[in-house]
Amino acid sequence: MFDFIEIFQHGFMLRALIGGVLISLCAALLGVSLVLKRYSMIGDGLSHVGFGALAIGSSAGFAPLEFSIPIVVFSAFFLLRISENSKIKGDAAIALISTGALAAGITAASATGINTDIDNYLFGSILSLSKSDLIICIVIFLIVMIMFVLFYNKIFAVTFDESFAKATGTRAGIYNMLIALLTALTVVIGMKLMGTLLISSLIIFPAIISMRICKRFKTVIITSAIVSITDFITGLIISYYYSTPTGASIVLVNLTVLIVFIIIGSINDRINEKKYIKEDVSSKNS
Amino acid sequence: MEELIKCESISFSYENTGVLKNLSFTVCSGDYLCIVGENGSGKSTLTKGLLGLKAPAEGKIVKCNGLRSSEIGYLPQQTPAQKDFPASVFEVVLSGRLNSRGFRPFYSKNDKKIAHDNIKRLGIEDILHRSYRDLSGGQQQRVLLARALCAGKKMLLLDEPVTGLDPIVTEEMYKLIMELNKKEKITIIMVSHDISAAVKYATHILHLNFENSFFGKTKEYINSPMGKYFFSDGIK
Repeated sequence: MFDFIEIFQHGFMLRALIGGVLISLCAALLGVSLVLKRYSMIGDGLSHVGFGALAIGSSAGFAPLEFSIPIVVFSAFFLLRISENSKIKGDAAIALISTGALAAGITAASATGINTDIDNYLFGSILSLSKSDLIICIVIFLIVMIMFVLFYNKIFAVTFDESFAKATGTRAGIYNMLIALLTALTVVIGMKLMGTLLISSLIIFPAIISMRICKRFKTVIITSAIVSITDFITGLIISYYYSTPTGASIVLVNLTVLIVFIIIGSINDRINEKKYIKEDVSSKNS
Repeated sequence: MEELIKCESISFSYENTGVLKNLSFTVCSGDYLCIVGENGSGKSTLTKGLLGLKAPAEGKIVKCNGLRSSEIGYLPQQTPAQKDFPASVFEVVLSGRLNSRGFRPFYSKNDKKIAHDNIKRLGIEDILHRSYRDLSGGQQQRVLLARALCAGKKMLLLDEPVTGLDPIVTEEMYKLIMELNKKEKITIIMVSHDISAAVKYATHILHLNFENSFFGKTKEYINSPMGKYFFSDGIK
């Protein structure tokens, strides 16, 4: 078997493990709400904006993270407004912004010569997480967890039925903004590990996987958290042993798990369908 | 009978075109009011107004006798995203209690009891632990109705509650709403396309028609020019 202790004796692997687990957890929690609200593409759009900001920031000599966090947060609010405005079709607008930001980033980077930093942001690297990045990871993780636990019931209500939530006095707009803000933070820090091109998988896969078999919102959330962490660690170990790109390895693990869950889910549905038909018939007869 | 909602010559505009003009009506406790009208006649705008989500351009909507906007049990139209939503029936019904929580983050025992009571009231105990997405259209509407009852025990506002239901389930739904109105004295406001059902069950009709809307008792409506247009062949 793999020698876990040996792997994680390296400082960078330990940092990647801790940082990655925390980011995976945040992404999984937020992902359930984003996927159910049909906002999956926002995560993807944000990662591209994040890349653009990081590339421009590092070309201009700013500290990349500190420079890009406010820009991505701002874009998150902007993308949310686009999605809520039915006049501009949200998905097309997000694609425009994504490619625009990517183009701006690459142009800025090539003007100063593409360096390894930029390459890392595109495809991710387990070597890239510094100690100060890890501290930012922990802070963001704590913010996301506290917000999520405190506002769990409100997030459920707003995700399930925004018009009902609004009608009964919950200010849905604020919770949408909260989710967008937390997603923006998670995306920016997660990009270092997973890369721009793959960070949105961390948000979308666990939610989709757990929704195949779970029937309750709470179990969906818990299962996606577990799936997210397990898949991340598995992908990380595979990438260490076989020198495969970290982000891509994690996505492939997720994809495999998704296929397994789809099969289990469809068998489950068939059994349940028969059971429910029987129950409904017997309750009508009684 | 005590008055619950009084609308005094209200007007709404939508994107700078007026949809409703100079509309007045009153809803008293125990009433069953049906709001009918063509597409674009302002039904959804008026719904938003009643819920306090949109202020009228002119006139005012007065809530009387301690009724608050957030205490109107609202049954919105279903969104496509909801159809495959992984949530248990209990989770959905319980979320109706959110308006009573304010800033307190978690539900109390009392909230859970109220949710259970309403689940029993609508006869959906059997499906308590099922997932919302596995339910039939009629069952889903019952769950949302139970949630609405958790939010407001005095008044329900139903936005086209039978859309997409088959004729048998539609009839069951209408009977259920009638029972809530007659037995439990819950005031009902229902937005509907179905004028013949509206006339059959409602005590009052509000027919929106731009500047000359009709409001009155159902009998008056049948004999009004507007009602006669629909019921010229003498349906009662």
